[in-house]
Amino acid sequence: MSDVTLHHGAEHAAEPHAHAHHHPFLQHHFEDLGQQHEASTLGMWMFLATEILFFGGFFLAYTVYRNMYPEAWAAGAHHQNWMVGTINTIVLIGSSLSMALAVYGAQTAKRKFTTLMLVLTLLLGGVFLGVKAYEYSIHIEEGLFPGSHFTYVHHADPSLTRGIELFMVFYFGMTGMHALHMVIGFGLLLYFIRRAWRGDFGEEYYSPIEIMGLYWHFVDIVWIFLFPLLYLIHGGA
Amino acid sequence: MTTTTIDEAPFIEPSTTAKRNYINDEYGVMSWLLTRDHKRIAILYMISVTALFFVGGFFAFMMRLELLTPEGDLFTSDTYNKFFTLHGIVMIFFFLIPAIPAVLGNFILPIMLGAKDLAFPRINLLSWYIYMIGAIFGIYVIVTGGVDTGWTFYTPFSTQYSNTHVFATTMGAFITGFSSILTGLNFIVTVHRMRAPGLTWFRLPLFVWSMYATSVVMLLATPVLAITLALLMIERVLSVGIFDPALGGDPLLYQHLFWFYSHPAVYIMILPGMAVISELVAAFTRKKIFGYKFVAFSSLAIAFLGFLVWAHHMFVAGISVYSALVFSFLTMFVAVPSAIKVFNWTATMYKASVSWQTPMLYVLGFIGLFTIGGVTGLFLAALGVDVHVHDSYFVVAHFHYIMVGGTVMAYLGGIHYWWPKITGRMYPEWWARLSALLVFVGFNLTFFPQFLVGYVGMPRRYHAYAPEFQVLNVLSTAGATVLAAGYLLPMIYLAWSLKFGRRAGVNPWGAVGLEWATSSPPPKENFHETPVVTWDAYDYPAFLKAMKETQNV
Repeated sequence: MSDVTLHHGAEHAAEPHAHAHHHPFLQHHFEDLGQQHEASTLGMWMFLATEILFFGGFFLAYTVYRNMYPEAWAAGAHHQNWMVGTINTIVLIGSSLSMALAVYGAQTAKRKFTTLMLVLTLLLGGVFLGVKAYEYSIHIEEGLFPGSHFTYVHHADPSLTRGIELFMVFYFGMTGMHALHMVIGFGLLLYFIRRAWRGDFGEEYYSPIEIMGLYWHFVDIVWIFLFPLLYLIHGGA
Repeated sequence: MTTTTIDEAPFIEPSTTAKRNYINDEYGVMSWLLTRDHKRIAILYMISVTALFFVGGFFAFMMRLELLTPEGDLFTSDTYNKFFTLHGIVMIFFFLIPAIPAVLGNFILPIMLGAKDLAFPRINLLSWYIYMIGAIFGIYVIVTGGVDTGWTFYTPFSTQYSNTHVFATTMGAFITGFSSILTGLNFIVTVHRMRAPGLTWFRLPLFVWSMYATSVVMLLATPVLAITLALLMIERVLSVGIFDPALGGDPLLYQHLFWFYSHPAVYIMILPGMAVISELVAAFTRKKIFGYKFVAFSSLAIAFLGFLVWAHHMFVAGISVYSALVFSFLTMFVAVPSAIKVFNWTATMYKASVSWQTPMLYVLGFIGLFTIGGVTGLFLAALGVDVHVHDSYFVVAHFHYIMVGGTVMAYLGGIHYWWPKITGRMYPEWWARLSALLVFVGFNLTFFPQFLVGYVGMPRRYHAYAPEFQVLNVLSTAGATVLAAGYLLPMIYLAWSLKFGRRAGVNPWGAVGLEWATSSPPPKENFHETPVVTWDAYDYPAFLKAMKETQNV
C-alpha cells in the first residue's frame, strides 16, 4: 500500500459523513477509495477460497463413492435429463454474461444499462432455478428423493438401488447447495439493482458490483463442474 | 541488545491519557450490541468466551469428581458420556478456537497495524452474532439433555445410534465455524491492505505473522468441517448411508473429512498462543526476538504442514500401513517449526535482563508445558507407540498439555499483558502472580498423572476404572481443584482492577509496538493521526526515540 495517500485530518472521523470532501461511500477506516476497493476485492477472493474448500468436501465424497459404486452412479446419471441440463447451463452462462456487462456498466457509469443487466441476471437466474425446481419435482415423483421417500427400485439390478440413493443424496445435496448460493445471490442482486438505479456507482466507485460479479461467476463455475459430473458421465436419457 | 531497563520506560502520567476513549465514547447497551469498533467487539467476545470457558470447566470438574473413585458412583455412564462430550465441544468450538484470535487478535491486531479498524467492521460484528447463535444451540443442548457422541461425532454412532441431541449440537458447531471463517478472512485482508505507512511485512510484530497463519488455516480448513457436519446432518435426518456402512457408506471417509479440519484446528488453537508468547518474550526480555524471520516463517510452515497430518488420528482405524507411515513421518516434521519457535524464544531470554511480571510467568509455563506436550506428540506420531497408547489417558494428557498448558496459558498471559491497554488499569501484580503459580501447579498436578495412568493402560472416556489407577486419579482431581482456583482468581482481581486498579499509562511495560504508542484505553479511532512506522519490530532504541519525537511535536 505504498501508493496510499495519507490523510491526517481523522481526529473527528467518528462519522463517515463528517468529511464533506470525501466520497460518500468511503468508509471511515479506509484512507481512500483505492484502499477500500483493494480490501473488498481481496475479501471476496478470500471468501471464494473458503467456498472452494466447502464445495470441495462434497466433490471429494462424490469421487470416493463414484469409485465405490460405478454402476450405481451410471444408473443414477441416466435419471438426469441432459437436454434440460444443457439448456439450464446455457441460461446460467448467459446470466454470467449479463453480470459481466453490469460490471462494465457500473465502471462506465451507465446507470440504466447497469440496472438492466442486473435485472437480466436476476431473471436468467430465476429461469435456472425454475427449471431446477421442475427437475426436482420429476425426481421426487419417481421416488428418487433420498430417505423415507425413496421408493424407487432399480429393476434391472435391485442391488444397485442403495447406490442410486447415495447418488441422489449427492445430486440433491450438491445442486441444492448450489441453488442456495443462487438464492443468496438473488438477495444481493435485488439490493444492488436498487443501488444501481439510484445511481450509486460510477468510475470512482464500482467495487460492490464487481464483487457481486465475482460471487456470481463463482456460483456459475460450480455448476460447470456439477453439470458433467451429475448429468453427462454415463448419462444420456 | 538493548540496555534499557524497565525504570526508563516512558511512563505517561494519568493526566496525559485521553479523556475520550472507545469505552466512554458512547453509552448504552445498544452502543455495544451494534458497535462496529473492533475493540468493543473484542470485549463482547471476551465476555462470551469467558462464560463458555466456565461452562466447559464445570463439565471437566464433574468428570474429575466422578473419577475420584474407581467405581462409577456419582453419575451414570450415560451422564458421564455427556459430560466429556460437552466438555470437549464447549472448550474447543466455543472457547479455544475463538479465544485468542477473536478477543486479543480483534483488539490488538488492527492497532499493531496502525489501522483504524479491521477491513470489514460489519462482518466482524456479524461474526460475533454468528458465534452467539452457535453458542445458543450449544446451551440449548446442555439444558435439554446433552449429547453423548464425543466431540468428534464419529459415525455411524452419531447418525444412527445416539438418541441425544446430535443434530442441534452439530448445527451449533456448523454455525460457529462461519464466525471463525469471517474472523480469519477479516484478519487476512486487514494485514494485506491496512498496514500503516512504513510498516513492511518484516517490520510486523510476530503476533501478526502468527495470527495471519492462523487465519489462513481458519479460512481453508473450517469450510471442510462445515460440509462434513452438513453431510452428517443429512445422514441423520434422512437415514441415508453417507457414512453408515450398513447402508453402503464409508465411516472412514467421515474420519478423514473430520480430521482434515480438526487437526488443522489444533493449529488454529496453538498458533495464536505462539503469537502471544512472541510478544511477551520480546516485552519482558526487552530484546529483539532471536531469529525474527525464522519465527515468522515457522508460523506459516506450521499452518502448511498442519494440513498434511490429519490421518495420524486414524492409525488404528484401519488405514493402509503405507499411508500411516507417510502420515507418521509428516507428523514428526511439524515438530521442526514448533521447535524453532521454542529455541528462538529461549535464545531470546539468554543473557537478557528478564523482568518477572505475571505475563512472563505464563511465558515460562507455556514454553515448558508446550514442550512436554509437543514431545509427547512425537511419541504419538510414532506408529508403534500410538497403537499402544491410543485412546488412553496418555493422549488426553498430551493434548491438554498443548491446549491448556499452551493455549490457555498464552491466553491468560496475553490478557494480563494487554489488560492495561484494554481497560486502562493495571491488575494487582501480587494476586496475578499467585494465580499464575496456582495455574501452573494445578495444571501439572492434574495432567502429569494422566500420562502415567494412560501409559499403564487406563482408557479414556470411561466413568469407572480399575482400582490400581486410583492414586493417580486422586492426584489428578486434586490438581483440577487447584487449577479451578487458579482460573477463578483472575475473575475476581481483574474485575476488581476495573475500578480500583492503578491507572496505566500509554506504555506501562516499556514495550515496543504500535499498541504501546496510543493511549490506554485507546481512542475509538485507535490513533489520532495515522502513525508512520520507521522502526523494525522489537527495535527498542528506535521505537523509544520515535516515541520521544512524537511527544515533543
